[in-house]
Amino acid sequence: MINYEKKATREAYGEALAELGDKYDFVVLDADLAAATKTGVFKKKFPDRFFNCGIAEGNMMSVAAGIAATGKAVFASSFAMFAAGRAFEQIRNSIGYPHLPVKIGATHAGITVGEDGATHQCLEDIAIMRTIPGMTIINPADAIEARAAVEAVINYNEPVYMRFGRFATPVFNVNADYKFEIGKGVNLAEGKDVTIVATGLMVSMALEAREILASEGIDARVINIHTIKPIDRDIIIDAAKKTGAIVTAEEHNIIGGLGSAVAEVVGEACPVPVLRVGTNDCFGRSGTVPALLEAYGLTPAALVAKAKEAVSLKK
Amino acid sequence: MKLSRINELKDIARNIRLGALEGVYNAKSGHPGGSLSIADILAYLYFEEMNVDPKNPKWEDRDRFVLSKGHTAPALYAALAEKGFFDKSQLKTLRKVDSFLQGHPDMKNTPGVDMSTGSLGMGISAACGMALSAKVDGKNYRVYTIVGDGESEEGQVWEASMFASHYKLDNLCVIIDFNGLQIDGPVTEVMNPTPFDKKLEAFGYNVITIDGHDFEQIEAAFEAAKACKGKPTAIISKSVKGKGVSFMENNVSWHGSAPNAEQFEQAKAELNA
Repeated sequence: MINYEKKATREAYGEALAELGDKYDFVVLDADLAAATKTGVFKKKFPDRFFNCGIAEGNMMSVAAGIAATGKAVFASSFAMFAAGRAFEQIRNSIGYPHLPVKIGATHAGITVGEDGATHQCLEDIAIMRTIPGMTIINPADAIEARAAVEAVINYNEPVYMRFGRFATPVFNVNADYKFEIGKGVNLAEGKDVTIVATGLMVSMALEAREILASEGIDARVINIHTIKPIDRDIIIDAAKKTGAIVTAEEHNIIGGLGSAVAEVVGEACPVPVLRVGTNDCFGRSGTVPALLEAYGLTPAALVAKAKEAVSLKK
Repeated sequence: MKLSRINELKDIARNIRLGALEGVYNAKSGHPGGSLSIADILAYLYFEEMNVDPKNPKWEDRDRFVLSKGHTAPALYAALAEKGFFDKSQLKTLRKVDSFLQGHPDMKNTPGVDMSTGSLGMGISAACGMALSAKVDGKNYRVYTIVGDGESEEGQVWEASMFASHYKLDNLCVIIDFNGLQIDGPVTEVMNPTPFDKKLEAFGYNVITIDGHDFEQIEAAFEAAKACKGKPTAIISKSVKGKGVSFMENNVSWHGSAPNAEQFEQAKAELNA
């Protein structure tokens, strides 16, 4: 595996807002976490278009809905826990039901919050947001994808939940022809024995796992699903048909997230074994990020073991 | 205000009450009590105060109205129909499966509805967002929202109030419909949200208390709201739940139940008297 530069997707989020603020007309809201969500980078450059809502996430989401109702583009930012969790009903009723194109920038998603522990490690947000009709969910795999996603959603006339991480992860989308398209899965590597369908920081781990599997004679395909809803059914069905076994990988509970979304597609269209890697219906805890990833089985080695199991289940 | 204009507004308010009851009667469900308590305020807003165009309901420079106490949609629909946003014959389709008149306001499908509401506490926040957007874009439109007295038990109402005064939203006017009753009983017994005046003042509003059924007081309050700069205005509208129908007035059992045919006839007769 190439030793890529590392950067957190939340950093890319804040920088993208600041960079794109020159080109597009939008406002940014935060709930007293601008330094952490990195919307503070935007605030510094565009103080007149940044509005701190204080520690009141529910109000912020409904305020964002009101702004969007006047036709203005708006980003609303907090930690995933307090956006998808605390403000769920405001997102559901003020944004989702009237289908207002608010862009929710949720940072500090998943176990990689680290030392702050379980109350701040949101492992449910994809599941919660997936149940809201018409909600688009984007979980970028690296900083380059995060920047591209931010630009793609600014004038996208739908509500969007964007999920960013706190921890610096490999920036691997370095090819000059990299292109981001909402709703399109990305085929990162071909393979014939099994497919690893990954999202977020698990994507680069899937590529590492593929190299290990190759050394053991297993040829794994790797797909990056940055848009979890609407999910790219075609690429998943193609992978199920061609490789006959799927492993999903996400920094999220295995209930309700990417694994569930993929299993729904495969179960309905082309039943093959689908094994899920993620947190196993449990809360997180404090620890360094590497220690937590190891403890919760979010590693290339865990993906390798699951891929072998999936291959053994093939008929 | 001229006496002739007051009488015209009273006629409009009566039609709003009749239209609201027609909807609730035909739906066999809905919220008549709080619809009747806001009818006079709605008549004034749509026929005297707000700059709206029924032929162009999405006109971008229009004044906005958010019914934060969304369950009193029957009165809003009757006001919109009276103004000409859609035909009055639609009112009897309230809450029917193919109707665009949902049990609670739906901005996607009902002409003239500026925000979907119903889950309490959220409408006032959305109104803050609209008022902020006007400030950012240098637009002159104003935003009005009616919040229920029971609704003010929701913490979000006070989060929004902090926001409104922090950002000096003097283009926002919050009307508290203080009819004193919520589903489970008198507001002071269920979870006392009073005193409204001191709380709203402490949260930074220009506070005005009026009789919500007196058009001269209503007019004076909205004029004072427009004249006030640098802070949002809160109008505490003291009202009577079920106003205009003797057996519904101040009777909590009419919060969320529909009249039968006989009661509907009596209500119409009283309103038309």
